[in-house]
Amino acid sequence: MALHHTLTQDKLQYQVDHGHLEKSEPNKFRLGELRAEEMIINIGPQHPSTHGVLRLEVLSDGEVVKEVVPHIGYLHRCFEKHAENLPYNQIIPFVDRLDYVAAMNCEHAYVMGVEKMLGLHGQLPKRVEYSRVLVAELNRIASHLVAIGTYGLDLGAFTPFFWIMRDREHILRMLEWTCGARLLYNYIWIGGLFYDLPVGFEEKTREFIQYFQPKLHELEKLLVENKIFIDRTADVGVLPLDLAINAGVTGPMLRASGLRFDLRRVDAYSVYPELEFDIPIGEGRMGTIGDCWDRTWVRLQEMRESCKIINQCVDRLLSDHKRTREFDPQALVPRKIRPTKQDIYVRAENPKGELGFFFRADGKSDVPFRCKVRSCSFVNLSVLPEISRGALVADLIAILGSIDIVLGEVDR
Amino acid sequence: MRDMEDQLLSILTPIAHHPFHAVPDSAPYTLQLHAQDVTRICQALQQHDQLYFDQLSCITGLDNGPEANTLEVIYHLYSIPFNRSLALRVVLPREAPELESVASLWKSANWLEREVFDMYGIHFTGHPDLRRILMPADWEGFPLRRDYQHQETYLGVTVKY
Repeated sequence: MALHHTLTQDKLQYQVDHGHLEKSEPNKFRLGELRAEEMIINIGPQHPSTHGVLRLEVLSDGEVVKEVVPHIGYLHRCFEKHAENLPYNQIIPFVDRLDYVAAMNCEHAYVMGVEKMLGLHGQLPKRVEYSRVLVAELNRIASHLVAIGTYGLDLGAFTPFFWIMRDREHILRMLEWTCGARLLYNYIWIGGLFYDLPVGFEEKTREFIQYFQPKLHELEKLLVENKIFIDRTADVGVLPLDLAINAGVTGPMLRASGLRFDLRRVDAYSVYPELEFDIPIGEGRMGTIGDCWDRTWVRLQEMRESCKIINQCVDRLLSDHKRTREFDPQALVPRKIRPTKQDIYVRAENPKGELGFFFRADGKSDVPFRCKVRSCSFVNLSVLPEISRGALVADLIAILGSIDIVLGEVDR
Repeated sequence: MRDMEDQLLSILTPIAHHPFHAVPDSAPYTLQLHAQDVTRICQALQQHDQLYFDQLSCITGLDNGPEANTLEVIYHLYSIPFNRSLALRVVLPREAPELESVASLWKSANWLEREVFDMYGIHFTGHPDLRRILMPADWEGFPLRRDYQHQETYLGVTVKY
């Protein structure tokens, strides 16, 4: 008792009070107002199946989910407030920390936005553009691998997780080679790159793709076409196309619902119009179009398409846009970034969907007046209550995993 | 591009009750509306055969600071069949800002409006579930306002880092 007293008086800043949770994150449903057969189940914020710090308040009737209320904000790091106080180039490391499993893609979107404001758009050397697409597509594969591997983990398949972590490690090592960081790269800069790709990177990438393509086939046989996996995911969490569009869902989730829509093709940014790739869509092969299985399958096919893109990038980087001694990837990096007065909204296709940046520049400073992130995971997660109504509690976990959220991007 | 602007103006002019105008130096094409016209115009934009803005990508809140004494809300719309983007801008006073919710038209507006409410204190009337989303429910103040002062302590924890 004495020990407890001294700790709370002198050391502990925080005193446990059970009323605090009720005040800071109150449930939407009140216990007293429930019907006799209803029950509130709390999942998270610390739970392996929530993929981070997400709390789900589930109103259930026996095994059936009547309503889900996601409580988010546990990983809120005030990105937008920070961005209003930092110069444009110093925001890039913060952008990495939005979607931390696909940091290259986030950087690419952000940097394209600032370049558009500065009028650098379309003037960069092709070698820079191809290098950007190359690393972004590698990161896209890494992100989809995590999505599929952890999804298997949610459904009780443990082996695929180790397999994907082994393959993802190769990608992380490659990206570490470019810039020195495994996850949060700060590699793509406004007007160029941190460094040119290291010598031998192109050849190693090709080697990796040769190694990786059979592994994709293995993953497909082991997990995606597994009988148990199909039973758990087919016809579960069906997202109809009209709801998907109305709810602003983008990325693999929208494509799994049957719409051939990819910003890489629609907006044709960077060098994507020069590259050949297909856009896989959900076909309802194992159940209904837009179910959890389709979403996983679309991600798997997208990895194959990314392999195609990477091969083409490597070809061009080795033939038309070779590494030379004189090439300086920082040649166009502006020393002072001061865009003219304007509003702009830029978007790009991230592994999870449409990542958008809204900027307002006041024309007088090198700090954005407002920088807003349109986060794909945030909008995709908002459709969870709609598609999990009437599902079983175990299926709720399957549906949540198939959305593929990263809480760093949901909460920003 | 010009055709789209003319078409937009010809369709929206009879619907709007208040004058509106295009905003220079903004991409995509931006219209500035009166706050009372928002739902009316959004409904037309979504449901008109030749416009068909079926996706609401983003809602941005913005504070112009105590001198200008205005808040702004910017909607970014996208039409998948016509591959067109449009932005709508609404200017509101900083005291008791209120705006009609568009959550009945686009489901994505639900969480996006909650975020604007959380960060700027803009009240969306007719919103199905207007609660704080990123900040705790008992947080004081609206963090993205220019004159925001964070509270000293929160449930016994010092806020200053």
